[in-house]
Amino acid sequence: MSSWLDYTINGLIVGNVYALVAVGLALIFGVSRLINFAQGSIYLVGAYIGWVAVVQLHTPLPLTIIFVAVVAALVGLIIERFGLRPLQNSVRIAPLLATIGISFVLDQLVMLTFSPNPRALPSQLPDVRFEVGGGTIGPLDLLIAGVGISSALLLFVFLRYTKLGWAVRAASQDRDAAMQMGVDVNRVNQTVFGLAAALGGVSGLLVGMYYNQIDTAMSLQATLKGVVAEVVGGAGNVPGAVIGSMLLGLVESYGVAVFGTSYRNLFAFLLLIVVLVLRPNGLFASARQAPPEPLTGTFIAPSRPVRIPRWALVVAVALFAVLPLLPVSFYVLQTLINAWLLGMLALSLTLVAGTIGQVSLGHAALLAIGAYTSALLSLTLNVPVGLAIVAGGLMSAALGTILISPSFRLRGHYVSIATLAIGEIVSLVILNWESVTRGPIGISGIPPLSLFGYDLVDPRTVYWFAFAVMVVLALVQGRLLGSHLGRSFRAIRDDDIAARAYGLSLNRYKSLAFIFGGFAAGVSGGIAAHLYSYINHETFNTQQSILALTVVILGGLGNVVGAIVGAVALVGIPEMFRIAAEYRILIYGIVLLLLVRFRPQGLLGTI
Amino acid sequence: MAETIAPLLSLRGLTRRFGGLTAVDGIDLDLAKGGLVSIIGPNGAGKTTLFNLVTGLDRPDAGEVRFEERDITGHSPERLAAQGIARTFQLGRVFGNLSVMDNVLIGAHTRLRAVKPAVPVIGPLLELGLALLRPASVKAEEERLREEVKVILARFGERLLPRIDQPAYSLSYANRRRVEIARALALKPRLLLLDEPTAGMNPSETAEMQALVAELKAEGLTILLIEHKLEMVMRLSDRVIVMDEGKKIAEGPGEQVRNDSKVIEAYLGHGLSGTAEQESAA
Ligand SMILES: Nc1ncnc2c1ncn2[C@@H]1O[C@H](COP(=O)(O)OP(=O)(O)O)[C@@H](O)[C@H]1O
Ligand SMILES: [Mg+2]
Repeated sequence: MSSWLDYTINGLIVGNVYALVAVGLALIFGVSRLINFAQGSIYLVGAYIGWVAVVQLHTPLPLTIIFVAVVAALVGLIIERFGLRPLQNSVRIAPLLATIGISFVLDQLVMLTFSPNPRALPSQLPDVRFEVGGGTIGPLDLLIAGVGISSALLLFVFLRYTKLGWAVRAASQDRDAAMQMGVDVNRVNQTVFGLAAALGGVSGLLVGMYYNQIDTAMSLQATLKGVVAEVVGGAGNVPGAVIGSMLLGLVESYGVAVFGTSYRNLFAFLLLIVVLVLRPNGLFASARQAPPEPLTGTFIAPSRPVRIPRWALVVAVALFAVLPLLPVSFYVLQTLINAWLLGMLALSLTLVAGTIGQVSLGHAALLAIGAYTSALLSLTLNVPVGLAIVAGGLMSAALGTILISPSFRLRGHYVSIATLAIGEIVSLVILNWESVTRGPIGISGIPPLSLFGYDLVDPRTVYWFAFAVMVVLALVQGRLLGSHLGRSFRAIRDDDIAARAYGLSLNRYKSLAFIFGGFAAGVSGGIAAHLYSYINHETFNTQQSILALTVVILGGLGNVVGAIVGAVALVGIPEMFRIAAEYRILIYGIVLLLLVRFRPQGLLGTI
Repeated sequence: MAETIAPLLSLRGLTRRFGGLTAVDGIDLDLAKGGLVSIIGPNGAGKTTLFNLVTGLDRPDAGEVRFEERDITGHSPERLAAQGIARTFQLGRVFGNLSVMDNVLIGAHTRLRAVKPAVPVIGPLLELGLALLRPASVKAEEERLREEVKVILARFGERLLPRIDQPAYSLSYANRRRVEIARALALKPRLLLLDEPTAGMNPSETAEMQALVAELKAEGLTILLIEHKLEMVMRLSDRVIVMDEGKKIAEGPGEQVRNDSKVIEAYLGHGLSGTAEQESAA
């Protein structure tokens, strides 16, 4: 496979697969203005159901496809009915967080059922290839193209010629008007989620067959690729999503041809960022349309923060400070050190997601930047560790802010996508920039924590160090919130249009929030690097970003004390009950879902 | 009515299209310093879109906006706010989770000294430094503004002052509108744009609002007002502009416009919004 024609065919086939995911996303966005982060999980479910059908039930291919479509559609219906419908009258952040939570729960369920190891998914088709022009094409390529084209035709007929299809189109054009005309919006939502899930599931099956391999990491990739294709085509635009998918498939395929496989995803995400910056409404939207996000309505749940008296905070800090002097086990200290590190990350995220309303899903990238900077400085330039950690914080602040700045003009769901993509870009750069980051080998032998020439190896001193750093960061952040900047950040979160009308520059304040938050996250990553002594591109991953988000929601958005309480709770409670590591992520996902549904303001309330 | 001195705000041929729809269609308007001009017209006439064009929240497809004789067409809302243009929103856009005090303080944002240095990178970092260190000058400024906010809130009698520390989402609809106006006043505006300030208010609240606008006018503030309640429009305006389907269909003193046949037709033809119909019938 080397000719350009081959790369083109490959690009179009992969594009077809993306289209199945992206069309579903576009349908859902059209009627509910929601980017369904769980779409990739349904794709994952589709792939594994397909595996069950093919390998265990030995179903013939047509039956396999129908089976997968039906099961996936059921999953979609369940998500709509129990995950999203209860949130219909909720604040705008709620469905966004809910689909993120659902996605994590589904992925974990699949992982726990089937184990995270990759498995083969045979295609049941003869392994022959036909010569076409200068390239070759196989039966599976034809199958994928066939499924893609016939789904598109079926969808077209459904939308154009059936009553329900008309209702879907009406609802996506103007939901309120459609409701007044008697369109049953619940039914439309159900239809759309069912359809999207069926398409997504089949897509997962086909991809599994195409690469003859399935594994649980497929989910996030699929969501990202689908979203990229959908956004490139214009959110909510169904034909646009198809074209965006083909474009994405071709860009990736040609990119791989020129630069190699490890860069595949990089092109996808760069395409996304370029489109988001230059044409945030997609390639086909007329240039100056109002953004598709709703302009009014509260983003976060209104609440009154729980007031904790100052003396209680002082007592709590004092208790935790003297804890190592009491007869506590090494294990307890270790757990709390992890909680303090997570607490720093949560402080950062609660400022960015809570105070200024930019729900970042790529926050672990800030940890990675801080960790690599600090590790490399101390290893290669012999910079004292304490200084290196500060430098890591500063690098995270600067680089993180520069990387995220293209998304400053985006709102709501788009910010989450952009940050997710930037997080992926950072980890891909770390993986591929071998001369600096040592690539997949990672960095080992990172010097231990030390301060003014004294190594901190005793767990108690490490504990005090991490705790002290976190308390200082929390105090400074508290001071920031009490200033005119805190007020300005919160105003931008509550209504960025009104904020602009009163002279608040979004670029300026979002930058400041990311600079401040980037520093805290970078410091956390730096400390972690010296603590672990070994890091690689997977040390700081999306799971940590989601964990931090759950902590922040649990504590209350923007709430400094809440972030720390949340970190202690989410690190400590699973340890207390000795819950196995595999189940923790599942529990975090469930906690996130329950919070969004029943206590969106978190334990201590939004600030 | 010919203006003798150069107007504070002047619009020429202002046009904004949304797809096939021309929401604002070649509007000309002059507003003298200290004057009050009202814009009336049926729902969907393009009044709010016109406000968006003047305040920089939307950009015109054609035409020109001049403020104090300078061309400000297409300037960003941040810049226009810094030049003294303040507005309220038809649907009420308070910052829900901020207290009344903080909402109004945001109105004074452009006047903060920490915000002033517009130098890229250095300016924002300096602002961050000032916010964290809070030297005496910054503290004094904040104190002064807080006192100022209380004076502004006192204009609304006992409506807002007792609720000064409550989050805005907990206020009644009418009180949120008042907070918006207080926020606009905190900017010390040179031009104030009010988009239906009495929408959703009962007659006594409306009378209160009318008295306040009259007071602001008497203090010399230049005001552009969108309002459905004709009674109030007639009392307050130096001049009334009537819009329909994006176009200006009449302009002049209140009484003259009120009896204009085109205006009556426009209102009747579109099944005028309830309040205005009652008022004009009264
Ligand atoms: N962002 C937008 N996109 C498309 N159409 C719009 C937009 N904003 C306003 N319109 C349309 O422009 C017309 C004028 O609206 P508007 O200025 O709100 O009227 P008014 O304030 O006089 O009631 C309406 O038909 C409205 O639907
Ligand atoms: Mg209006």
